[in-house]
Amino acid sequence: MNNPRASGATTTWRAQLLTDTPASRNQARLGQFYRGWLQFKRNRLAVLGLLIVLLLIVVAAFAPWIATHDPYAQDLARRLLPPGTPGNWFGTDEFGRDTFSRLVYGARITLMIVVLVAAIAAPIGLLVGTAAGYAGGWLDTVLMRVTDVFLAFPSLILALAFVAALGPGIENAIIAIALTAWPPYARIARAETITIRNSDYIAVARMQGARTARILWAYIMPLCVASLVVRVTLDMAGIILTAAGLGFLGLGAQPPMAEWGAMISAGRRYVLDQWWVATIPGIAIITVSLAFNLLGDGLRDVLDPRKS
Amino acid sequence: MSTPLLEVEDLRVTFPTPTGPFHAVRGVSFTLGRERLGIVGESGSGKSLTGRSLLRLLPAHAKLEARRLRFDGKDLLTASPREMRALRGKRISLVLQDPKYSLNPVMRVGEQIAEAVRDRGDPKRRALEMLEAVRIRDPERVYGLYPHEVSGGMGQRIMIAMMLAPEPDLLIADEPTSALDVTVQMQVLAILDDLVAKRGMGLIFISHDLDLVSSFCDRVLVMYGGRVMEERHARDLRAATHPYTRGLLNSLPRIDDDRAELPTLQRDPEWLKE
Amino acid sequence: MIHVRDLTVTFGQGTRSVRAARDVSFTVAKGESFGLVGESGSGKSTVLRVLAGLNPYWTGEATVGGVAVAGRDARLPRMVQMVFQDPYASLHPRHTVDRALSEPLEIQGIGDVGPRVERALTDVGLGPAFRFRYPNQLSGGQRQRVAIARALMLEPKVLLLDEPTSALDVSVQAEILNLLRRLRQAHGLTLLLVSHNLAVIAHMCDRLAVMNRGQVVEEMDVATLRRQEPREAYTRQLLLASRGYDREVAAGIVTYD
Repeated sequence: MNNPRASGATTTWRAQLLTDTPASRNQARLGQFYRGWLQFKRNRLAVLGLLIVLLLIVVAAFAPWIATHDPYAQDLARRLLPPGTPGNWFGTDEFGRDTFSRLVYGARITLMIVVLVAAIAAPIGLLVGTAAGYAGGWLDTVLMRVTDVFLAFPSLILALAFVAALGPGIENAIIAIALTAWPPYARIARAETITIRNSDYIAVARMQGARTARILWAYIMPLCVASLVVRVTLDMAGIILTAAGLGFLGLGAQPPMAEWGAMISAGRRYVLDQWWVATIPGIAIITVSLAFNLLGDGLRDVLDPRKS
Repeated sequence: MSTPLLEVEDLRVTFPTPTGPFHAVRGVSFTLGRERLGIVGESGSGKSLTGRSLLRLLPAHAKLEARRLRFDGKDLLTASPREMRALRGKRISLVLQDPKYSLNPVMRVGEQIAEAVRDRGDPKRRALEMLEAVRIRDPERVYGLYPHEVSGGMGQRIMIAMMLAPEPDLLIADEPTSALDVTVQMQVLAILDDLVAKRGMGLIFISHDLDLVSSFCDRVLVMYGGRVMEERHARDLRAATHPYTRGLLNSLPRIDDDRAELPTLQRDPEWLKE
Repeated sequence: MIHVRDLTVTFGQGTRSVRAARDVSFTVAKGESFGLVGESGSGKSTVLRVLAGLNPYWTGEATVGGVAVAGRDARLPRMVQMVFQDPYASLHPRHTVDRALSEPLEIQGIGDVGPRVERALTDVGLGPAFRFRYPNQLSGGQRQRVAIARALMLEPKVLLLDEPTSALDVSVQAEILNLLRRLRQAHGLTLLLVSHNLAVIAHMCDRLAVMNRGQVVEEMDVATLRRQEPREAYTRQLLLASRGYDREVAAGIVTYD
């Protein structure tokens, strides 16, 4: 209030975004985005989820500066120290490596898994689902039966099978998870497509002479993306847990890589006497999974196409 | 008529919005005897909210106020939720435009009507009587059908049968025939007409269709922007004086005229001043 | 301009098939406005969708501007376009008005997009201020204007109208009907209007066909309709029922098969 010029400027860009008469496509898009943000902001828990996810990104990006130690530097004299020890605030593991620094570097791996799985699974699901839903007939039958086959296996078991075939390692774990994650997305995209397929605006596009590829790309996919984004966000927790599970079973990240699941796996031998070695990465996994869930819930409220 | 069946004075419905309160109904007053009262208006005029206010069936965040809201001597504003439940369905019924949303999809339609009169002797016989009363030709067969197995017109008649089975004193019908073909609409209206005449029921008929309301009702309230613009005998609606009503009437195309251009309605902010 | 002969539309197969239209024939001259009137299930919208190329299950003959509707002829988009009943369902919720109006031009490879979009908006009485709005920022009447502008972007000769005002308030209906009449004059359009509302048909059309249960009951010019002198009993009943409530009329209603 004591700086009228600043508050004046604020109202102007707000008014620009919320105007009913935007002057360009970009302004209209930004305005739409801003309205969504205003609505999202009202959900406190979702904002908390978003903040934690943003924190994860920041930590992953600046890991070398945030970490207090080299995550791979062993110091057997300082092994299995409890949390709160000066210099190793989250304690150390069985090789005397700093748990905090390993968590910070582990954030990179977690984030990489999440991004890569989303980048592989969501587009496959979107493409398969919209194509099946729009075309119908034999293409629908074939694509959906393939989807059913994938859905019939529990995803961790299927991922295990893939990793066993491809060989252990973080890259193969990601590919395996992505290959097991797409079928639900295909189902969602197909269901959405079927409700959209017969709408009047699709009929208009067909009358204007639009080809199938254009209808899928410009008309159907934008409407499916919203529910997919929500679903992918909600699935992130599961993906992180699957990755951690593979890491725990020794089929994901390989030692000495700082991956949260592998850290729990290594710490489980000491769980009775030095509980923190396994617990601290566990807390990290829970926190990030929960954050993605909260974020997904908030996004669903904003993006749900059935509203408005 | 000594005391009217329904007295409404200065009814107001307000919704909170991020930009301040929105007054959807602003000071509506009327009384209703055992007659057919029409409420006409365009979308957003507050006509449906007025109807729902009488049953206190409003969204949770809506605020309902009135200087007086009495049904048969009973104050609806201070009635407990339990008392309201006892009124709804039994003494005041509501018929909505689309039967799809009002009928339970997994229950046979006959059982739904019987459910409405379950505390009386032989509900099934009563349900069959009601189906007959709304001119359904084969009540026994229709009794066993599920809502998805009946046509729109039939569904609407079933809805009306269900709402009328408990013999309410007041029926609020919100666009009850708008989704129906004109001939089916006529038949449904004839049923309502008979029930008002025979049972002395009060009817509030909410519609956007001026011609229909003026030919069917005894009195008409014309609403705009949450306010009553004017009240008239239905037969004289064509002689309306208020510019809003006149504007609406003029903007209707007619079968027997050949105006090239239809006059469009010019809205006057003065109309909304209190 | 529009030529339909022995059009029969069948949905489903075998014993469960339903004939939505049976041996429908009519012709609409260039610049004429023709109405199809009937109750729900009369087949009027089915016939319209065949002409729009949106219904492949039919037999008979149907041409628009000399182009057969049967094959997806590349000339059709510039020959015939359509306006739908529900303005809330006919605009893509994530496309701005600008996008909705540019799409037909981009699909057909027509340049000069910006000025054409602005001209179209002015033409339907909205003006350039509406160009970058999303459908949820428009009222029902404004949406219907956008839908009309969109249908005219490719400068078609024939405009198909499926109950274009039945979802709108009466005052908005008057505005849209006036707009359609004006655009018809300005662009020399041939109109085919489907409606259940006899008054709207009487206001907009030169000739009309009354349909019931998939068949054309009778064809007449608008003067006959205005004089309320139809030939068939079915039409007479429809006219009586449209006049408003009447106890006698209600009692006398019969079902025609």
